[in-house]
Amino acid sequence: MFHPTLFRNPVVRKLLMAFSGLLLAGFIVAHLLGNLTVFLGPNGINAYAHHLKQLGPLLWVFRGGLLAAAGIHVSFGLLLTLENRRARPMAYYRNKPQRSTLAGRTMIYSGLCLAAFAGFHLLHFTLRLLGPEITPWLDALQRPDVFSMLVIHFRLAGFVLVYILGMGALYFHLSHGLGSMLQTFGLNNARTLPWFGLLSSLIAALLAAGFAAIPALIFFGFITVQGGAA
Amino acid sequence: MNLTLHVWRQRSADEPGRMERYLAEDIEPEMSFLEMLDVVNEGLIAQGLEPIAFDHDCREGICGTCSQVINGEAHGPLANSTVCQLHMRQFRDGDEIYIEPWRARAFPVLKDLVVDRSALDRLIQANGYVSVSTGGVPDAHAVPIPKINAETAMDAAECIGCGACVAACPNSSAMLFVAAKVGHLASLPQGRVEAAHRVCAMTEAMQREGFGGCGNHYECEAACPKGISVKFIAQLNREYLKALPGKILGK
Amino acid sequence: MILDGKCPAGPLADKWDKHRQEMKLINPANKRKFKILVVGTGLAGASAAATLAELGYRVEAFCYQDSPRRAHSIAAQGGINAAKNYRNDGDSILRLFQDTIKGGDFRAREANVYRLAQVSNAIIDQCVAQGVPFARDYAGYLENRSFGGAQVSRTFFARGQTGQQLLLGAYQALSRQVAAGTVRVFPRREMLDLVLVDGQARGIVVRDLVSGEIRCHAGDAVILATGGYAPVFNLSTNALGCSVTAAFRAYRRGALFANPCFTQIHPTCIPVTGDYQSKLTLMSESLRNDGRIWVPKNRLDERHPNDIPEGERDYFLERKYPSFGNLAPRDIASRAIKEVCDAGYGVGPGKLGVYLDFADALARLGEPVIRDRYGNLFDMYHHITDEDAYRQPMRIYPAPHYTMGGLWVDYNLQSNLPGLFVLGEANFSDHGANRLGASALMQGLADGYFIIPYTIADYLARITPGQVDTNHGAFDQARQEVEAQLNRLLAIGGRRTAADFHRELGQIMWHNVGMARSATGLQEALEQIPVLREEFWQNVRVPGSGRELNQQLEKAWRVADFLEFAEVLTRDALHREESCGGHFRVEHQTTDGEARRDDANFSHVAAWEYRGTGQAPELHREPLTFENTHLAVRSYK
Ligand SMILES: Cc1cc2nc3c(=O)[nH]c(=O)nc-3n(C[C@H](O)[C@H](O)[C@H](O)COP(=O)(O)OP(=O)(O)OC[C@H]3O[C@@H](n4cnc5c(N)ncnc54)[C@H](O)[C@@H]3O)c2cc1C
Ligand code: HEM
Ligand code: FES
Repeated sequence: MFHPTLFRNPVVRKLLMAFSGLLLAGFIVAHLLGNLTVFLGPNGINAYAHHLKQLGPLLWVFRGGLLAAAGIHVSFGLLLTLENRRARPMAYYRNKPQRSTLAGRTMIYSGLCLAAFAGFHLLHFTLRLLGPEITPWLDALQRPDVFSMLVIHFRLAGFVLVYILGMGALYFHLSHGLGSMLQTFGLNNARTLPWFGLLSSLIAALLAAGFAAIPALIFFGFITVQGGAA
Repeated sequence: MNLTLHVWRQRSADEPGRMERYLAEDIEPEMSFLEMLDVVNEGLIAQGLEPIAFDHDCREGICGTCSQVINGEAHGPLANSTVCQLHMRQFRDGDEIYIEPWRARAFPVLKDLVVDRSALDRLIQANGYVSVSTGGVPDAHAVPIPKINAETAMDAAECIGCGACVAACPNSSAMLFVAAKVGHLASLPQGRVEAAHRVCAMTEAMQREGFGGCGNHYECEAACPKGISVKFIAQLNREYLKALPGKILGK
Repeated sequence: MILDGKCPAGPLADKWDKHRQEMKLINPANKRKFKILVVGTGLAGASAAATLAELGYRVEAFCYQDSPRRAHSIAAQGGINAAKNYRNDGDSILRLFQDTIKGGDFRAREANVYRLAQVSNAIIDQCVAQGVPFARDYAGYLENRSFGGAQVSRTFFARGQTGQQLLLGAYQALSRQVAAGTVRVFPRREMLDLVLVDGQARGIVVRDLVSGEIRCHAGDAVILATGGYAPVFNLSTNALGCSVTAAFRAYRRGALFANPCFTQIHPTCIPVTGDYQSKLTLMSESLRNDGRIWVPKNRLDERHPNDIPEGERDYFLERKYPSFGNLAPRDIASRAIKEVCDAGYGVGPGKLGVYLDFADALARLGEPVIRDRYGNLFDMYHHITDEDAYRQPMRIYPAPHYTMGGLWVDYNLQSNLPGLFVLGEANFSDHGANRLGASALMQGLADGYFIIPYTIADYLARITPGQVDTNHGAFDQARQEVEAQLNRLLAIGGRRTAADFHRELGQIMWHNVGMARSATGLQEALEQIPVLREEFWQNVRVPGSGRELNQQLEKAWRVADFLEFAEVLTRDALHREESCGGHFRVEHQTTDGEARRDDANFSHVAAWEYRGTGQAPELHREPLTFENTHLAVRSYK
């Protein structure tokens, strides 16, 4: 059914990057919306975590999809980068980029940072192997006490720094990635071209800022264990 | 004015090359860049040295033969122009100028600044045409074509095939070149018939020839002497998406 | 010898149809057995190679550029004529025929020109089917513009890049055949000799411009579509690689060279700025629709043109040709410009230029209208001169542009050497002494798409395919001769570059054999050219070796051929004791300075046969008869 050359086609590969990128970005948006419940205090985010758990097998379907998307995105991202480098075996002595952005030219690095960050993030909050232990783990309503974990861990400068840097990478990656994705899907025309680039940076900034706000506000004491959002 | 040139010298495809330094003296601002190189070459010949080999022919910006990266920009600092249209008044006395060939795996250097661009011909051979033979075609007025489509087709068809898009692309991708042909023909009823096959065949050929993939960096548009828009790359992607179901189902 | 153009008998309008019926065909299975070598991939060569391959012949195509798409046809701006009469303005095949004959000042063959007009319409259909994006109106139909020498609008165009789009159409058709395996293209190959076996053209010797290797190719027929020889004047609107080499080498092997003195000088080009100049850029003729040409009345006037008052300007074209004014035909306008500059009234560097002023048009129509009409030309002018033609007049000067002369061919486009066919600008066939705008593209494609496929079959049907291969002694001999000449060039080790000799030859040709030719000037040139050629062979310096990419060696060979060919051209100009079209002999003019044609003595094609380097070539005549047009005197007063 699949033509053997299909996956060698540069447009197909690019479409796979864009589609998996879109799924990942969709997850990021959902994740952010979920995370923002932290501003409602323990009753917000702990309830959210509880509901997620209750999804049971559905949650695993989601995770599986996400993992597949991430797998495709990372493997093709690496493959494309290597191939594209091979296409220019010798660099220019002088090179003066005109239109490309630093973000665009460093997608593989921002991407790898994101991968590293995701690993760290999983070890940290999903597997809870890093940072001070939270006891008891369940709150009074027998929900995971995510709120306390956040508020305690994000008083620690090291964690905050890792998360802020991670979000910097996210901003970088998406500021090129989102606009690029629209072009890959063929949604651009002469009129939209300049705007999509701008829109892409804007959305990337909003997403990254949304996430980064949580560790930042906690660190600077705007959210505390006692009062929830101050 | 007097200038210092740093020029890529390479004897042949299989020998390594290096940058070499030359002085270009008494250059007039009215000279074209290639005329400046002619003068430098006459000087080299007089000194018994090998002149610098560079590709050129029409010297009026239409044949697409000239091909040099000047101070890190394909076709040099002037927008929407080729090297042969660049004049020395763009430079100042005492400037240092770096001159390099197009660099891409698909464009091996033959000598100095001369590269082999036959890969671009092979992209066109991958159905970058309408499969019509001579004779037996309908009257030119048989099919009216909306002016706007004819103009779009012409916007893309203006490509001179110089390869600056490849030279400027961080990935050495020929996506703009391919997109220009796909966009030109897909905008006209005569080209629509084979549009699906064309977009698949040309993009596959691009991979075969060792060009990189498009990273949507848009350096190609900035370097293109004809200012061909990257909107044609979006159009190519749309054409590909349209062709995809047929491709998956085996046509 | 009196040459026979082999035009079919019968009424003009039926000749081609009748001839097509009478010519032999080759059955499809047999076509595969024939191999045809096509040298040149411009409009003529690419269209021929593609069409012949579609028919089933095996084709090998050659060009000196790195891709067939870069042939100099790519540079044609204005458009292509056809007798479609889409405008309902009275055009017809007959009218296109008459305009072309008259435009050529009655020095072309009627039958050929009529056939050209006949197939012109099919060209437009073919190009549209290939996807050539011609300009269209809002209803979606093709637009036309008018061009010099015609009272109807019959010129089809694709912005200012008609030649490019037509060539890309032909190149894509060629690419389709390459993909199908019926054509092999050999780019970066320069033909340096023609190989004859028993008097028939059977192959070529080419130099691989990358490796320097000399190779022979054999075929059942050879087609030359190698373009014009305008760079014999050094500076011209042609590409730097354009040369007479292929045609000249065929001439040396016995092909006749017809009317070499018929050259066209285009009036509106950007003037020369210095000795380093390598090329002259054409500005479309259309500029003369709105620009007024003038020079200061005082030759010492050094003021900025905008400061010279109206009364102190000489609008010399309007003065001399009140009814046509600035729109006088190319040859007439060019000559008038040369005259005022020779008299010392020129402007700009070296006083070789006249003003082309848009101030009146700008005042009358406003800048937006002018920008819309000529914006790209004004930009091009600005690119090159750094002057803003919206604010001050342009400077223009005539430049060699096109060559009507070429290898002699009969009605079948076959030269006097059997098996050697010549198409496009390389032959002499259709434009007489002067070519009308937008007719060269038409001729190239007519030859390649619609004429050669029929006429070559008639030749091939009479021979046995594959009779000779490159093992034949004639190939070895030709290859050795080529290698010997290359080695000779490399061995001289003199002090001057080939480009330097080319510049000097250009000076001789431009001053003595340019726009206004006199017997004394021509004689002078005939003395100077051999001297220069002598010096060339003593004193040229070609660095590097023959076994590598060596652009100096390429140039030296081309210049060597120009140095011989220039003499043939000059002799032809001396022989033609009349003024017609692009050929103006000062001895033959009316009292008010207009060309005087001599139909009684010169209504013939002058075809020259090679007799050895430095020897006078032998003249053969093909009489021209005009049965369907009235021999009239051109007047543009
Ligand atoms: C600036 C400019 C503008 C013009 N504008 C118009 C216009 O608007 N309308 C119009 O009708 N005409 C115009 N003309 C004239 C017209 O473009 C040419 O006459 C025509 O295109 C010639 O086509 P061709 O196929 O005969 O030759 P070319 O296109 O010149 O092709 C010659 C081919 O021969 C090859 N070749 C030559 N020598 C050798 C060799 N020794 N070995 C191997 N290959 C060789 C070259 O590589 C090339 O492929 C213009 C010309 C110029 C210069
Ligand atoms: C949060 C996770 C991520 C999101 C939301 C995301 C999103 C995107 C998007 C939308 C694109 C644009 C696709 C296109 O141009 O059409 C993209 C491109 C890319 N991504 Fe990611 N990405 C993520 C993680 C990663 C990771 C972990 C890597 C590591 C390998 C990576 C590597 C790349 C690369 C190399 C590209 C550019 C591909 C190219 O242009 O050829 N991404 N990403
Ligand atoms: S030499 Fe023809 S485009 Fe520059």
